[in-house]
Amino acid sequence: MTEAQAAKPIPVTVLTGYLGSGKTTLLNRILTEDHGKRYAVIVNEFGEIGIDNDLIVESDEEIYEMNNGCVCCTVRGDLIRVVEGLMRRPGRFDAIIVETTGLADPAPVAQTFFMDDDVRAKTELDAVIALVDAKHLPLRLKDSREAEDQIAFADVVIINKTDLVSHEELHQIEDIVRAINPAARIYNAQRSNIDLKKVLDQGAFNLERAMENDPHFLDHDDPDHVCGPDCDHDHHDHHHHGHHHHDHDHDHGHHHHHDHAPSAIHDVTVKSISLRGGAMDPNKFFPWIQKITQIDGPNILRLKGIINFEGDEERYVVQGVHMIIEGDHQRPWKDGEKRETRLVFIGRDLDQEKLERTFKACEVETVAA
Amino acid sequence: MPTVAPLDIEGHVAGAHFIGDVPFFAASSGEIHRLDMGQKVSEAHDGLLTAIKDTATDTILTGGEDGKVNRIHADGTVETLAEAPRKWISVIAAGPQKSVGYAVGKQAHVRLADGTVKTFDEERTIEGMAFAPKGMRIATARYNGVTLHWVMTAGAPINLEWKGAHNEVTFSPDGRFVVTAMQENALHGWKIDGKPGEEPRHMRMTGYPAKIKSLSWSAKGKWLASSGAPAAIVWPFAGKDGPLGKPPLELGTRANILATAVCFHPSEDVVAIGFIDGMILLVRIDDEKEILLRRPGKGAISGMSWSKSGKLLAFASEAGDCGVVDITG
Repeated sequence: MTEAQAAKPIPVTVLTGYLGSGKTTLLNRILTEDHGKRYAVIVNEFGEIGIDNDLIVESDEEIYEMNNGCVCCTVRGDLIRVVEGLMRRPGRFDAIIVETTGLADPAPVAQTFFMDDDVRAKTELDAVIALVDAKHLPLRLKDSREAEDQIAFADVVIINKTDLVSHEELHQIEDIVRAINPAARIYNAQRSNIDLKKVLDQGAFNLERAMENDPHFLDHDDPDHVCGPDCDHDHHDHHHHGHHHHDHDHDHGHHHHHDHAPSAIHDVTVKSISLRGGAMDPNKFFPWIQKITQIDGPNILRLKGIINFEGDEERYVVQGVHMIIEGDHQRPWKDGEKRETRLVFIGRDLDQEKLERTFKACEVETVAA
Repeated sequence: MPTVAPLDIEGHVAGAHFIGDVPFFAASSGEIHRLDMGQKVSEAHDGLLTAIKDTATDTILTGGEDGKVNRIHADGTVETLAEAPRKWISVIAAGPQKSVGYAVGKQAHVRLADGTVKTFDEERTIEGMAFAPKGMRIATARYNGVTLHWVMTAGAPINLEWKGAHNEVTFSPDGRFVVTAMQENALHGWKIDGKPGEEPRHMRMTGYPAKIKSLSWSAKGKWLASSGAPAAIVWPFAGKDGPLGKPPLELGTRANILATAVCFHPSEDVVAIGFIDGMILLVRIDDEKEILLRRPGKGAISGMSWSKSGKLLAFASEAGDCGVVDITG
């Protein structure tokens, strides 16, 4: 093995968000705060980044469709070029940040890190971060699909400028964000004053780490969890808990599906479908997930899941972007851990009835006594 | 027996070229090292992205992260030809009459010997550029094909369309074919010597397991060698229709070890093949006989060049362990 091959992949953070959502402020904080790390930053325009840094690279967004007949298989050609150039001298930085334009579709950015072999060999997508302007989100959702896509695609959503809205408005914004993306971690911030530990080094696409650190994955016992509008658990102190104490306990065992339907909120077209089930038959599950992502791939923005395979002592985790899907064993099930299968699809025009029915058909048949 | 004179350079080295009989090594740091009565170094860029040979003037052309296009002379002097502040220059081409082509985003520029610059706008980012073997004509590789421009006349450009992203472009030495390397592990070719108004014929050259980053024409243009497989994939271009309907040769095949650089000898039909593990083989087309030129090293071979006499082969490595092979021993 050569030295280059043995090197640890460089983590890549993707920053999305509409113009005025606070991306540049956050980027400036990342570049100036004393955290001992050096970042290479790929931006569309130098704009207002007031930092003198050799490693800020300007790059024109260039979306390439792959020649495989799949319309959602797109990559960012400019990123392939710039990342390849940066990685020739990797000693200069510890991580890469890609700042997208306000109107950018995050999917080609993310897919570049899976579909280009050279990029994939040397880097690792860490997380997609979406900044949301609390004051203007409702307006953005009315006039563009991109704002919604960015939230739907994100691993971390930062609701920024919360000082410009009332408690009620903020509550509403949180509901909207949660409705679009129940799997993301959601934080509130003012002037992008988010703890950088919650933005960088998230491992959201790392199969080993993603599901382990994903407390929001249909769980409600995380301090940062912000619930959706039709989440029927007890909302005590919900808007005042800050980010430290929210350990209420509740049982979701009584319903299989915890759906955040778009209908309740105006202007939201993305829907998430959460599935829960028992032990799965791998001979049924794998062909099923392949087929679903093949057929519905263009409509699936993200998918994440923990799979309990019959007779398997280890948790199996999957994650996907459109038609790209990855899966691997993660770790042994813990003693006392509930062995169940959980999957969440975030997308548009997803047929809930079909997904539920075909998912259920992958369960191991239990013979009645 | 071939002998290897090693040269260790710090970090990634992007290419190796000869000026006269002196080997030059272009490091990605921006340093240009040469072995001219001992190792000598000149600073060309703050970050070098590409280095190519300009055969017509016997110099080297480089582009960098500092937005500069430089010419490196035999004595190591660095002459800056063009500058695009804050842009990366990774696409460069050497033309006739001391002209130099370079791309900045969606614009292709050709700088003439007197310093005037002709500019051609494309709709998409230019990923590759080449001059035709005859006449002042350039080809630019871009998304969905190639555009051919006459540099000095205002005629309409010719668009060669093929869906997908094209990263590199090259003309066959006889000017009858244009070939691109694509994002999806394939080459695409157009036969452009048809009658005026006739549609160019397409050639799809597929089946590669990896992206093709290195292309090399044989001395008389009968063969085009390519990287991107665990062998050099060599396509026949001697016939009227080039490789249409013909299989390629697979030379220097190794199990699962990717060829990363190919370089035909300047006069004989033998090709040097550099691999991802640093090994270099020399293979003759006629009988596919192989000679080991260099054992595996620390990193992938990133570039190779022959001296004009064809006795010396300079090679560059991604890990910096470069050198020169004397094939006469």
